[in-house]
Amino acid sequence: MLAVPSLIGVIVVAFVLTRSLPGDPAVYFAGITADEESIAQIREQLGLDKSIFHQFIVYCKNLTQGNLGVSLNTGQSVASELSARFPASLELTLTGLALALMAAIPLGILAAVNPNTWIDHLCRIFVTAGASTPIFFSGLLLVFVFYYLLGWAPSPIGRLDFFYLSPPKVTGFYTIDAMINGDFETAAAAAKQLILPAITLAIFALAPIARMTRSAMLTAMGSEYVKAATANGIDRRKIIFVYALRNAMLPLLTIMGLVFSYLLGANVLVEKVFSWPGIGSFAVDALVASDFAAVQGFILVMAVMFVVLNLVIDILYTLVDPRVSIDG
Amino acid sequence: MKHHIFRTAWAGILALSVCATLSSNVIAASREDTLVIVSGASVNSMDIMRVGTNRPSYQVAVNMYDRLVSFGIRSEGNGGYRYDSTVINPELATSWELVDDGTAYLFNLREDATFWDGSRVTAADVKWSFDRAVTLGGFPGVQMSAGGMNSVDQFEVVDELTFKVKMTSSNKLTLPDLAVPVPIVINSKVALANATAEDPWATEYLHKTPAGGGAYMLERWEPGEQLVYTRFDNWKNGPLPAIKRVIVREVPNSSTRRALVEKGDADVALGLPNKDSKELSEADKLTVVSTTIDNSMHAVGLNMNFEPFKNVKVRQAVAFAMPYQKIFDTAAYGLGAKMWGGASTSPTTTVWPQPFPYDTNIQKAKSLMAEAGYADGFEVPLSIDLSFAEWTEPTAILMQESLGKIGIKTTINKIPGASWRTKALVEKGLELHLKNFGGWLNYVDYYFYWVYQKGHLFNSMNYMNPEVEQLVDVTLPMAVEDPRYEKNIKRLMEIGFNDVPLIPIWQPTLEVAMAPGVEGFVNWFHRQLDIRSFTKK
Repeated sequence: MLAVPSLIGVIVVAFVLTRSLPGDPAVYFAGITADEESIAQIREQLGLDKSIFHQFIVYCKNLTQGNLGVSLNTGQSVASELSARFPASLELTLTGLALALMAAIPLGILAAVNPNTWIDHLCRIFVTAGASTPIFFSGLLLVFVFYYLLGWAPSPIGRLDFFYLSPPKVTGFYTIDAMINGDFETAAAAAKQLILPAITLAIFALAPIARMTRSAMLTAMGSEYVKAATANGIDRRKIIFVYALRNAMLPLLTIMGLVFSYLLGANVLVEKVFSWPGIGSFAVDALVASDFAAVQGFILVMAVMFVVLNLVIDILYTLVDPRVSIDG
Repeated sequence: MKHHIFRTAWAGILALSVCATLSSNVIAASREDTLVIVSGASVNSMDIMRVGTNRPSYQVAVNMYDRLVSFGIRSEGNGGYRYDSTVINPELATSWELVDDGTAYLFNLREDATFWDGSRVTAADVKWSFDRAVTLGGFPGVQMSAGGMNSVDQFEVVDELTFKVKMTSSNKLTLPDLAVPVPIVINSKVALANATAEDPWATEYLHKTPAGGGAYMLERWEPGEQLVYTRFDNWKNGPLPAIKRVIVREVPNSSTRRALVEKGDADVALGLPNKDSKELSEADKLTVVSTTIDNSMHAVGLNMNFEPFKNVKVRQAVAFAMPYQKIFDTAAYGLGAKMWGGASTSPTTTVWPQPFPYDTNIQKAKSLMAEAGYADGFEVPLSIDLSFAEWTEPTAILMQESLGKIGIKTTINKIPGASWRTKALVEKGLELHLKNFGGWLNYVDYYFYWVYQKGHLFNSMNYMNPEVEQLVDVTLPMAVEDPRYEKNIKRLMEIGFNDVPLIPIWQPTLEVAMAPGVEGFVNWFHRQLDIRSFTKK
């Protein structure tokens, strides 16, 4: 419930900010050869001839009816664009994050268990190299090697190869929807399309997760309960994976939330390289064209997503935090 | 526990990729009759007459609808074709004649032409569609009036298969203007069935659902992803296209497009940067078509409201200080037609565009600056449109260096695409700027009308010359065969050469790469995709 005022704030700020963008959408969308008269016609059609306050009231009224307006840039309603593109981005980001976790947590643990040895340094070099490669470059490099040279990866043309049809929409995740539909061939094709862009995202997300795992694990490993456990002769594996890791999960969850939201908003370049019809490129293209409705819709969805994300992380805290679960 | 989850996930991914490898052969068969085109542009509407329809969407008007007439197409000999502005061919109209003392065209429509739903194309459909084009406002209205068509009263249904277009006076632009993408013929019965009181022209319906009779029908449109065309086998308005199904897929990144066509997963890659195009044509594996765009130039605009540029000597000095060859090599990768180094200060041919009589000559530029009283130079911002940074940015940097040599100190002012039109073309407030204009109708006088006449949109230079005003007004409606026509346009070019409010650098090209065996890319004045002429071996 505490989220309601922040959402209202987001709606107001998004509205005001988009109106203060440079450029006039009526002029932009009237086309390059338009004359004064046709620009005025379009301004009227878009409701831009009214006062800002009036426009805001209309916008809010539409919002309560679930109408986010029409994106001039893509010609579709913002609601339908977002409902198609948000799952696309989410599917990609979640896969990327999962891959990053699968690689980063073991790396972080390895580094923490062997601090300041060659293993630690190697992990550090690997992770830093990943983070300092521009995402655009690593994407193109992966395409070059795995698609162009080796031919292992499918063509980087978005969510499905040319000759597949998108599965009937249930969740918006092609892999899951295709499986629900019983079409495993399409599900496999969709999964294949995901691999390279997800790896690109994962390479980028490795560093913060691995670093955080390492430092959290170091703290945990140096703590008294681990020393006590060691003194009691408990198996080292159990100490690392049960006692230390569980305690290290809390800061890790926080960083995961941050990395996730960052990946979701900032994977525009990955979307462009892999022709992924995601929410990031939609927002950037809309900004360039002063496409008010689309920008506002994007901000709103992202705000809702952040609220939900924070909620989920909070819930996960209580599940992971040993102090809570031991009581239970 | 965690281990198990990871292991299962990995196993799942592995299993999925195995399945995918096994199944990829299944679909190979359908690849034969299908042409796959990758494009960087996004189609945003099925209706060219709608507000906000972007340029790439004009391909829908080209491929799914017919016009009364069309331009001819000729081979360029390199797997590519070019439209021919001097030939007007029948499309929906089988014949036409000038009537009423040359002030009206009478069109005879094809008897067996039908829309996709099988209903006959009648003059009433043409009338409804043309009425729509002049009534909806915005871009279609502007384009129709470029051909002298402004009002619904100019269109008349004579009988079911005869249609009349009345002109206010004799006009050479009217017929070619009926061959541009805008005046398409819509199935008015279908459209009217889906019109509402607030939306009498069915803009909402036609935006998403084309209703035409063109060579291709819509199979699937997934905005932001792909557009899939299927051939209309009963198409009568031209030779039936060779390809049954065409997929136009959006691939925003040009490197990805290049990789796709090189690997053979795509048949045609559109809109390649000059750099890639050059490398691909040197590699000689693919067919690379590089054709100049008619009636179009990348140029420098000098604003006459800026004090030093009022002096013709300063403008000529800038023209002599331009590092043409360097710009051409760096920004265009040597692709295009050079627009500098012309031999004479008065044109010897009527070819347009043609090289202006300037070359890089810093000494001459310096002495012109001194004669104009600007021996110490001056400061001026150099504005560029960021939407076209690919050529504007390197050009600006090279210009900055070269103009510095004659004392003109420039700062580069980058303007985002959404504000460019307002700042450059409407307010006309940019002192020194890089610009491009391409005229859809391929006439010198049409170019001068938009770019050199006072107050017109693309005259971002605020250029005003009474002789140009008068010459353009007289020449624009004049027939090309008129003996005065050649004299007039040569004089216009001569004025352009000597006054140089606009310094052309090069005529740009369209770059397309095609897989071996694929042919038929047409370089149209509208620069959009015509899929009807492609063939694939």
